[in-house]
Amino acid sequence: MTATAAPAARPRTRGGRTRRKFLRRPPAVIGLAGVVIAIAVAVFAPWIAPYDPDTVQPATILSAPFTGGHLLGTDDLGRDILSQIVFGARASLASGVLATLLGLLVAVPIGLLAGYYRGWRDSAISRVIDVVLSFPFLVIAVGLAAILGPSLLNEVIALAVAQVPVFVRVVRGEVLGLRELEYVEAAVVNGAPDRVVLVRHILPNTLNPLVVQATVAIPTAIIGASVLSFLGLGEQPPTPSWGTMLSDAQQYIAQAPWFAVFPGLAIALTTLSFNLFGDGLRDVLDVRMRS
Amino acid sequence: MSWYVLRRVGTSLITLFGATIVVFLGVRALPGDPAVALSPENNDPAVLHAIRVRYGLDQPLPTQYVVWLGHALRGDLGTSPKTGLPVTQTLLERVPITLELALLALLIAVAIGVPAGIVAAVRRGSLPDYLCSTAALGGLSVPHFWLGILLILAFAVHFPIFPASGFVPITDPAGNLMHMALPAIVLGTGLTAVIMRQMRSAMLDSLGADYVRTARAKGMTEWKVVGVHALRNSLITVVTVVGLQLGVLISGAVITEQIFIIPGIGKLTLDSVFNRDYPSLQGVVLITATGYIVANLLVDLTYSLLNPRIRIAGGAR
Repeated sequence: MTATAAPAARPRTRGGRTRRKFLRRPPAVIGLAGVVIAIAVAVFAPWIAPYDPDTVQPATILSAPFTGGHLLGTDDLGRDILSQIVFGARASLASGVLATLLGLLVAVPIGLLAGYYRGWRDSAISRVIDVVLSFPFLVIAVGLAAILGPSLLNEVIALAVAQVPVFVRVVRGEVLGLRELEYVEAAVVNGAPDRVVLVRHILPNTLNPLVVQATVAIPTAIIGASVLSFLGLGEQPPTPSWGTMLSDAQQYIAQAPWFAVFPGLAIALTTLSFNLFGDGLRDVLDVRMRS
Repeated sequence: MSWYVLRRVGTSLITLFGATIVVFLGVRALPGDPAVALSPENNDPAVLHAIRVRYGLDQPLPTQYVVWLGHALRGDLGTSPKTGLPVTQTLLERVPITLELALLALLIAVAIGVPAGIVAAVRRGSLPDYLCSTAALGGLSVPHFWLGILLILAFAVHFPIFPASGFVPITDPAGNLMHMALPAIVLGTGLTAVIMRQMRSAMLDSLGADYVRTARAKGMTEWKVVGVHALRNSLITVVTVVGLQLGVLISGAVITEQIFIIPGIGKLTLDSVFNRDYPSLQGVVLITATGYIVANLLVDLTYSLLNPRIRIAGGAR
């Protein structure tokens, strides 16, 4: 008598099926792993970094990688580059994630109002969004950072404002389609107040495209934050940030190329992870942006 | 059709009007007194008052806006306190440099992105598709300024083929191209990725369409099916996407020009912010927003010409 292997149990819930589909996509899984690692590095930075990132060691200025106990070498002040990158993950990820969350917080109610009520409210909101969109992302971010002054909080605000128009368009586009569906009309006919229709029936159905858009927005904001720090308009020294490291490295590019290579690699790998993860989510959730 | 065009031009004018208000108020929200910025050596209150009167800074904001807009409409964007030159003249000198950089970046992006997108779509699921798609994601993930530093390191420091920075006018075509090559590659990388992904997606849609199945059923060669029928329809989408990438190109130009020290409008934007050169900042942001709005309008109108469903839906609203 031979034992027959029981067929693998098929997930019955929608969440289970989505998870299964996601796990079948190696690039998406690699992206998710990269995102988890980046977040873990930022959270556990004090335990991961081999040195204090601010400790200046004049004896080891611009040491090459794998010398003097410095895996990725040292910078122009003799600080350990690996430790700076590990602690720099905090500022970069915080900027990317917080700017995206703040952008969503502002944009979702505006997008819901524009898409649900249409008419003059939609026209007015759409025109304002068009105006903001007519300024390139970096011009808005640089302009606002210059107005508000250089700091992490202001960097987050500047990047969030630059993200708002795209989020509003995504939400509005989704709501325009959802409000025509029968279950929404049924809720309206049954006398549900607008607030209930919007929050209970429409908002949950805009979440998939919003999650996908957020995973695209976070890497954009991370790069934006690095640019602002690079230009001296973001997080200020001595707090380590990847953009500031690259800015400092520019003048030592011939003598110490590793000083510029590793922080940039950290930015590229982090944004690549978010992009792979976002692409996988979009495929799995079958989201087609209607904005 | 004419109703759609009128409506679209009308909304663009409203957007442009809104943009002028944002530019005007945004520049005035920058920290620091413009009068002090105009006279950094002499902070005598009488001198500062005279400067405010001369430049109309003592007037209420709405009056200042109307005066500024009136001058702007006549092509007078003021004078830079830093250079002493009219802002319009500076813009006329710098806009062509950024346009050249953007055009070169676009050429690189189309030359690589379109064929790569076609190959990825035609060979869907194969190694070339995987390689092209991964490279495109890489292109989207690499920060411009880091790529710029790496290219300088590789092709200006280790292998001194190209100059590390600077600009040579187009009157010396060879020198100009040598100086523009690395910046154009940097600026074109992200756009190449966008075009490749759009091309792949549009080609996949086209290759699955009924008319392609019909063409194949009639015995047409695969080369003709892909190269004539599918490609022609896919390019409509790609042309639209390229048109809408102007904002991305200008965003990229801001940092690319800073790294390679190219005197275009991207560098002018940053220099104006750091020097508190308000008239120049106002002018450069206004010209950028205007360019973006006009490009969007032209793309929309072109697309509506190519795709009648758009103008019908737009006109019916």
